[in-house]
Amino acid sequence: MKIELTPQQAGDKAAFRAFVDNHIVPHADRFDRQESIPSTLIKRIGDQGYLGLNLSPQHGGDGKDMITLGLLHEEVGRGCSSVRSLLTVHGMVAQSILRWGSGLLKERWLSRLARGEVIGAYGLTEPNVGSDAQSVETRAERFRDFYLLNGQKKWISFGQIADLFLIFAQCEGKPTAFLVARDNPGLSIKPISGMLGTRAAMLAELYLNDCRIPKENIVGREGFGFSHILPVTLDFGRYSVAWGCVGIAQGCFEACMSYAGERKQFGSYLKDYQLIRKMLTDMITNIKAARLLCYQAGYYKDINDPRTLSETLIAKYFASTMVTRVANNAVQIHGANGCSSEYSVQRYLRDAKVMEIIEGSTQLLEVSIAQYECQNMAFA
Amino acid sequence: MDEQKEKIRAYFARLFRNRDLQDDTDIFATGFVNSLMAMQLVMFVEKEFHIKIDDEDLDLKNFNSINAISGLIKRRAAVGTLS
Repeated sequence: MKIELTPQQAGDKAAFRAFVDNHIVPHADRFDRQESIPSTLIKRIGDQGYLGLNLSPQHGGDGKDMITLGLLHEEVGRGCSSVRSLLTVHGMVAQSILRWGSGLLKERWLSRLARGEVIGAYGLTEPNVGSDAQSVETRAERFRDFYLLNGQKKWISFGQIADLFLIFAQCEGKPTAFLVARDNPGLSIKPISGMLGTRAAMLAELYLNDCRIPKENIVGREGFGFSHILPVTLDFGRYSVAWGCVGIAQGCFEACMSYAGERKQFGSYLKDYQLIRKMLTDMITNIKAARLLCYQAGYYKDINDPRTLSETLIAKYFASTMVTRVANNAVQIHGANGCSSEYSVQRYLRDAKVMEIIEGSTQLLEVSIAQYECQNMAFA
Repeated sequence: MDEQKEKIRAYFARLFRNRDLQDDTDIFATGFVNSLMAMQLVMFVEKEFHIKIDDEDLDLKNFNSINAISGLIKRRAAVGTLS
């Protein structure tokens, strides 16, 4: 066993960090206030190759391993969870096409997604459907050369700007996934604002009213939406979110180290008080533990080991519950300043809470992991 | 002795403890297969038998028994789609 980044991974991590420090960190609080990310930044991220990092060069990507992808999502998550959320949902769409799309869909979309010419968004949740994904109410009717989609999707990250949506629907009772282009007649989009966290993720509601899409836009086959397309995409999403949580927590820790070294109370720096040190120690330990779980999940992905599915659940569960505690303590250490918009830790706390809800709520994972881990013993 | 079937049997034996699966038992009819298992099965077959499963293979008939999976692997190997 060797747990150490390769020289390539270490170099990429340094480059990701520099990019985030230059182009995201200085502006993230403004993105949060404005509830949007500038298109110029999204273009810059695309130009860097960050939207297709793990796609093969054949598909217009960089062909990087999943650990490297995780390092990117950690660094971007440290800077701004909303931007990391773009990498997440965009990657989930690309992943669905890469894994289960037809040759035609791969050719049509993957290179454009990899270059950021097309932005993807993930259409699973609905007004009445959150964790209970299998109950989606959106319907698809099959005709000779097309499908007709009717229904509503809600809380769709980057729905305001995405060009391509992965939509889950019941196709005559069979769960199925489809690609729907933004300019498709019958699709209308309504922005959502005023969220607690990841406020710049440009959420939207999607309305599908007799939305007619070509039959070749199906991803996989009818009836395999929940059994094969959903697990692949959610696995990518959870992996990304888990790393993003490590990033938020790292951001909290670095902010606290800086603040505790500058702020004096009762004649001493905060860092010299034992109760502050305890909180910092908890942060350090938990961040390292979450990162190791992410490494484990990423390693299994890179060797195509089936255990990666449940290891990713565990990483997401641990990282998302860890980061809410870390961010809570970060605000505590900052005191009144931490409650102010002048300091980023209040954003970290709001963003952290969202991490416990998206891509599998804490409660859903708490009932799933024990069950899945029993299955996982088959691979031991 | 069919080595492929032996590996698939061993996999299911670990997964479905205490369940007697015949080569033609429909695993989906057992009611114990969840979405994680379905995708893990795809990954297991790809990794163990060095084949790539794609959208055209998405048919329950390709995965619903030891015989079916073995047949899929043989067909894939025959047309040269080893990963």
